[in-house]
Amino acid sequence: MITVKNISKSFGKEQILYDISLTFERGKTSLIIGQSGSGKTVLLKSIIGIHEIDKGEIIFGNEVYSAMNPKEKQKIRKEIGMVFQGGALFDSYTVYENVIFPLRMFSGMSEKEMDKRVEFCLDRVNLHKVNDLYPSEISGGMQKRVAIARAIVLNPKYLFFDEPNSGLDPKTSIVIDNLIKELTEDFNTVTVINTHDMNSVIEIGDKTVFIYKGRKWWEGTNKEILNSDNKELNDFVFATELMRSIKKS
Amino acid sequence: MKIFYHIGKYLLFLKKVFKRPQKRNIFIQNIFFEIEKLGINSIIIVFIISVFMGAVITLQTAYNIEVSFVPLYLVGLGTRDSMFLEFSSTIVALILAGKVGANIASEIGTMKIREQIEALDIMGVNSESYLVLPKIIAAVFSFPLLTLFSMFVGIFGGYIAVWLTGAIPIDDFVYGLHYYFVPFYITYSVIKMTVFAFIIATVPAYQAYFIRGGALEVGRANTKAVVYSSVLVLFFNVVITQILLS
Ligand SMILES: Nc1ncnc2c1ncn2[C@@H]1O[C@H](COP(=O)(O)OP(=O)(O)O)[C@@H](O)[C@H]1O
Ligand SMILES: [Mg+2]
Repeated sequence: MITVKNISKSFGKEQILYDISLTFERGKTSLIIGQSGSGKTVLLKSIIGIHEIDKGEIIFGNEVYSAMNPKEKQKIRKEIGMVFQGGALFDSYTVYENVIFPLRMFSGMSEKEMDKRVEFCLDRVNLHKVNDLYPSEISGGMQKRVAIARAIVLNPKYLFFDEPNSGLDPKTSIVIDNLIKELTEDFNTVTVINTHDMNSVIEIGDKTVFIYKGRKWWEGTNKEILNSDNKELNDFVFATELMRSIKKS
Repeated sequence: MKIFYHIGKYLLFLKKVFKRPQKRNIFIQNIFFEIEKLGINSIIIVFIISVFMGAVITLQTAYNIEVSFVPLYLVGLGTRDSMFLEFSSTIVALILAGKVGANIASEIGTMKIREQIEALDIMGVNSESYLVLPKIIAAVFSFPLLTLFSMFVGIFGGYIAVWLTGAIPIDDFVYGLHYYFVPFYITYSVIKMTVFAFIIATVPAYQAYFIRGGALEVGRANTKAVVYSSVLVLFFNVVITQILLS
């Protein structure tokens, strides 16, 4: 479980996050939704410690991550898998080298064991015969899957995704969503996803948090989301004709 | 005031860069990779500018001397000392600041805006040390060798120029090359280049490490990297010269 207690975050004079408290559970996919610029990415990066928070606490399991020194933090970081919005694959490494990289740095496995693990992870995300290609040579959906394979290669307890569907067509989005859901259940991870894709919310969200102007505005299940009377939430969720027609039916 | 802010931030950055590498074999592999990228891939440009500069210094000196009663061997001596003292270190460093500095800034800048540096950090890799330390070691090792190479090639350029144009007798030129040779000039140039190499590897990396935004910011970091590292090369040229030659 991850517990976030009253965190705030500013960059210089500009405050981005205001007093946010959250909990994320093991084996569940928790979604963070909100408009572009509402602070979702900053929130995710604050939770995993890429950004220093100004106030509050972040607790992984029962360890206060936000109070740790850099060395202690690194131990937790090895249990975190993160898929960045653009994939963040290393351009000068092949697919295979990208996925094996965390193992080479941290696992202490033999070359053969590492190879087996990489093949397992690439197979798990349904990628075949792309080992020797460079990120620029594969499609966006494949890049996301490589990024996912890299994120799970060290068997993380915590998985984070920043807009996993951005830049993907609807069909590929569904494949990625289902993959995330399966991985969460198979590996029993705490999974947190930033998204503005309502389809993901309906399909795979065990719990959804709505962020509005840097504040936690609403929190609930995907059934509750369709019947909420929160104005800002409704404006966001039912922005499209499609979603309005779902509500009517 | 801003300059003190940047000096402080640069030093803190260096402190992270000099963290002990986490995985020795990967670190060594990266050093070889950087030696190829920063050093070996610069050989051709260093060759080209050195051979032409050696030739032009020789011809300029030769044609200026014709009108006076100065001994002709001074042409060889002048070429040698210009190359050894200034050209093969400072001018070569300025060229490398353009080529290598821009390369480092765009590589690191691109990694930064595409969240690859954050990806390293969150994996638990010390990204500053992982990315920048191999570059520093590669530059500090290979740039002084490029200086020695440039000295040799510059003299060769001068020799070819004399041979082709017959501006002065070739024997006078060769005599001048040997005349009153000060070995310390080589040491002096190598020391300078070692400092320049450090500047060219770290200043562009620093410029690129803290950017946000997109391709435009990478381009801007690139320009700044080249300008600042060139100015610092010129500044430290004066400082080191004062220390070593006064
Ligand atoms: N490193 C940073 N420094 C300063 N401001 C930032 C930084 N990262 C994000 N911001 C600002 O924080 C706000 C929220 O951004 P973000 O979290 O990326 O929104 P989104 O919900 O679209 O992911 C934006 O106004 C952005 O400009
Ligand atoms: Mg975002």
